Amino acid sequence: MATTNLGPVLSAFERRPESLIPLLQSVQESLGYLPPDVLGTVARHARVPRSRVYGVASFYSQFRFNPVGRHRVAVCRGTACHVGGARFILEQLERTLEILEGQTTEDMEYSLETVACIGCCGLAPCISVNDEVSAKLTPMKVRKQFKKARK
Amino acid sequence: MSQKIEVSIDGSTVMVDASATVLEAALEHDLFIPHLCHHPDLEPAGVCRLCLVEVDGCLVTACNTPVTGGAEIRTDTEAVKETRLGAVELLLVNHHHGTVDCEEGDACELNRIARFVGVDETRLDRYRPPDRSLPVDTSNPFFAFDPSICVLCGICVRTCDEIVGVAAIDFVQRGFDTTIGSAPGQQWIDSDCVSCGECVARCPTGALSFTGFETPEREVTTTCTYCGCGCGIHLGVAGDRLVSARGQRENPSNEGRLCVKGRFGFTFVNSPDRLTTPLIRRNGTLEEATWDEALDLVAEKFSASRGDAFAAIASAKLTNEENYLIQKFSRAVMGTNNVDHCARLCHSPSVAGLVQSFGSGAMTSSSKDIGDARCIFAIGTNTTAAHPIIGLQVMRSIRAGGKLIVVNPREIELARYADLYIQNRAGSDVALLMGMMRVIVDEGLHDPEFIEARCENFEAFRDSLGQYDEATVEEKTGVPFAQIAEAARMYAQNSPAAILYAMGITQHTHGTDNVLATSNLALLTGNVGLPSGGLNPLRGQSNVQGACDMGALPNVYPGYQNVAIPEVKAKFEQAWGVELDDVPGLTHLEILRGVTAGPIRAIYLVGENPALSEADATHAREAMEKVDFLVVQDIFLTESAEYADVVLPAASFAEKDGTFTNTERRVQRVRKAIPPVGDSRDDAWITCAIARRMGEEGFDFESAEEVMEEIASLTPSYGGITHDRIEQVGLQWPCPEASHPGTRYLHAETFPRPGGRGRFFPLKYRPPDEEPDAEYPLVLTTERSLYHYHTATMTRRVPGLETLRSEELVEIHPRDAVALAIASGDRVRVTSRRGEVEAHALVTEVSPPGTICMTFHFHEAPTNVLTNAAYDPVAKIPETKVCAVRVERA
Ligand code: SF4
Ligand code: SF4
Ligand code: FES
Ligand code: FES
Repeated sequence: MATTNLGPVLSAFERRPESLIPLLQSVQESLGYLPPDVLGTVARHARVPRSRVYGVASFYSQFRFNPVGRHRVAVCRGTACHVGGARFILEQLERTLEILEGQTTEDMEYSLETVACIGCCGLAPCISVNDEVSAKLTPMKVRKQFKKARK
Repeated sequence: MSQKIEVSIDGSTVMVDASATVLEAALEHDLFIPHLCHHPDLEPAGVCRLCLVEVDGCLVTACNTPVTGGAEIRTDTEAVKETRLGAVELLLVNHHHGTVDCEEGDACELNRIARFVGVDETRLDRYRPPDRSLPVDTSNPFFAFDPSICVLCGICVRTCDEIVGVAAIDFVQRGFDTTIGSAPGQQWIDSDCVSCGECVARCPTGALSFTGFETPEREVTTTCTYCGCGCGIHLGVAGDRLVSARGQRENPSNEGRLCVKGRFGFTFVNSPDRLTTPLIRRNGTLEEATWDEALDLVAEKFSASRGDAFAAIASAKLTNEENYLIQKFSRAVMGTNNVDHCARLCHSPSVAGLVQSFGSGAMTSSSKDIGDARCIFAIGTNTTAAHPIIGLQVMRSIRAGGKLIVVNPREIELARYADLYIQNRAGSDVALLMGMMRVIVDEGLHDPEFIEARCENFEAFRDSLGQYDEATVEEKTGVPFAQIAEAARMYAQNSPAAILYAMGITQHTHGTDNVLATSNLALLTGNVGLPSGGLNPLRGQSNVQGACDMGALPNVYPGYQNVAIPEVKAKFEQAWGVELDDVPGLTHLEILRGVTAGPIRAIYLVGENPALSEADATHAREAMEKVDFLVVQDIFLTESAEYADVVLPAASFAEKDGTFTNTERRVQRVRKAIPPVGDSRDDAWITCAIARRMGEEGFDFESAEEVMEEIASLTPSYGGITHDRIEQVGLQWPCPEASHPGTRYLHAETFPRPGGRGRFFPLKYRPPDEEPDAEYPLVLTTERSLYHYHTATMTRRVPGLETLRSEELVEIHPRDAVALAIASGDRVRVTSRRGEVEAHALVTEVSPPGTICMTFHFHEAPTNVLTNAAYDPVAKIPETKVCAVRVERA
């Protein structure tokens, strides 16, 4: 929002390019995500071009350009999960939640993202929902778990 | 001269530049190494991995590996071939989904490389093609981006960052999804892109491609018709039409680069609106006529208005040869010095001021050398908008660690790159500059040796600094003194420091004082007489420098030779075989005023549009309406032409031969690319035809080249200039004789003044003529848009430019907008003591509180109806930069 007052967040950082990543993290912490018009504000503060801000922010999976839901669903795409069929888990989630990766449901209940290895390789494929891990998943299990919740 | 070292390439021993990379060394010896992400204008990136070679047995990328003495370089080993083939294949799969021989043909460097390394298309099937398909971005009117052809070499990203400085685009997303973009969900047009097309011109694959261009049958090298940067340009021709443009790399003024106007703005030439036949006013309307009828009428009327009843307004858009002929016509045929041109409205204070202080009113440095300055002090210039290619030099200097100080009432684009940005009150420059100089003198940062050896009148100047104490300076400028002191130190302590200025300095009732203040500053710190320092008035139009040099001014002959000096008069009387007048003529404003309150009965208006460009434009219109006989010679039926009694259709810059002199004093060729449109004629032909019809001699030239010979014979600073000598590269005046190499920077040893010294001037602060009051509480200042030129008769006939900027916008600060209940997009009425204008509002922090800003490009909202015609007593330039207005919702 153009009206969001980022002043206090920004002023904690020096006005130089090196501040860019910590600055983005801090803005995301305070707003939950990075709204498009905030990128310009961050660019001016860190004295970098607007495009650089988006380039950097879209390179790291930790940054989001959409608001997150109350349940943050993270699909692991680490090697073990990938081999175990993470792709199908993700596709199933996209179908069930009716959103694509990186998006949030309209009621703001769920957002969907992918992450690298979450450290439960023995239980692959797995996902985490607000840091709680569900393991040894199949598309069927995923459907059940979320169908219920969605109703 | 750089050092050479010996290396072996594929077994043969060669000498190469010690600072070269392996790739550069090979290319220099005509040995092709495939390369995609390398571009000679850019720093090496090493991302495409195609330039693999073996150096002493190790595989390396040639583009970012420096040569070392004795190195053994092999470009053809099996290891090289195999690894490279894999890299090419991978790129091909991501490019056009893996087709070799795509429709781009040889325009696609990857295609050529694929053939060079011998890719077997069937082998590509083993790769999984990318499963995404992104739409082509056609949001920019001049070019398109197709992500499915893009191979992510990054040349566009680096061009925009390293050369243009805008960095509108970057790599976005990651992994397979990586593409070129600017912000989430945004198209190219929504980015900070300034549409220069530099990235498109360098794209090796055709992923970025020009949309409007056609393949030319031939190309003609000429000089851009727009701004004073004077870029070299190759115009592409098919049939009788211009179909493409590209920058001329060998031209020192632009080194191949162009801005949006230069690259895409040529299509006005093909416009159906061009005037193609003479027009004569009969019973109140302009009707088509033959050249014979028109010329007879003009000759008859002009013959009846000889002497001071006649005035000519020449043009900074005409060639030197044409300006020369117009002033010669006025003086020798019409017997009057009443000849002036639009420089009166832009840089007359530079000419008047710098002649007094330095002895010569031109940019001291070369454009290219500005990039090597350690400090750039940009005051009253929106360089990236009005002089884009010099703007690139500013970027170059910053990239190399130079300091940038920007002083401007508006927070212009350059402010974002500045080490120090000072937002001063419009019209307070003398106070600001003298305040800076006080700090410099007080802190002993001036250059006493330079002052002692090369200047005069220092003591009087120093004494005048006493008036500029902290409190006074802060009050006049509205700037904390600490900032002014910081600017003073930054400028004085980083040498060489170059001052750039433009209309923010000159268009004031104290414009000449402003100019003298800048020359004081340069003298005080010894920043004159060096290549990358100096004082640089950036001249606005393609040939405004030349029009002044050619004496299209009421007080001087070509080469600034004063009409009042008897020897000068005798010289021209002898050359032209007529008697001449030694009384200086009327200036631009005085000519138009002379219609109602003076002797003017006939005006010859060439390539100028006072109906929009003149301050207090309503008066200009009244004068044109009222004058007995108005001849307008132009390429379009301008707002001013509508008042004409006779309209003469002129040829455009692409339809004639001649020369332009750009802002860095470089005299360059203008060449005919296509025949004149319809029955139009070049301006030189027209002026000569009028003179001949009046029975006069001295106007029988066969070519522009012959006119230049006459110019050179009478103008010392052009003495050594001939069309032959500037066939390849232009020459910078002074160039007094045939063997002189031209002058890269002025005042190296002495100043061309009596005594040879630069002169300091004590200065008194004078406020603008009109200041805000209860009835007109806001200040109106004026600016230019990057996308338009002057009164936009040409640029508004280029559809893409019209898309990029199609209307006047009243820029207003949020604080004032809130107080007036105005939002962006609201229609507002701006009223001054002289008139009112309506346009849409743009609420922006670019304009400071209390100041609004408008351009003067749009006839629907003629800003100059509002501006104040009060003028500088010396240069007679009107105060277009400051007047008092009131704003309300319309
Ligand atoms: S057209 Fe110019 S400004 Fe726009 S992205 Fe390309 S290089 Fe940058
Ligand atoms: S910078 Fe000026 S001269 Fe160069 S291309 Fe642009 S308008 Fe033409
Ligand atoms: S790969 Fe998924 S938890 Fe390690
Ligand atoms: S040209 Fe060397 S890596 Fe691309």
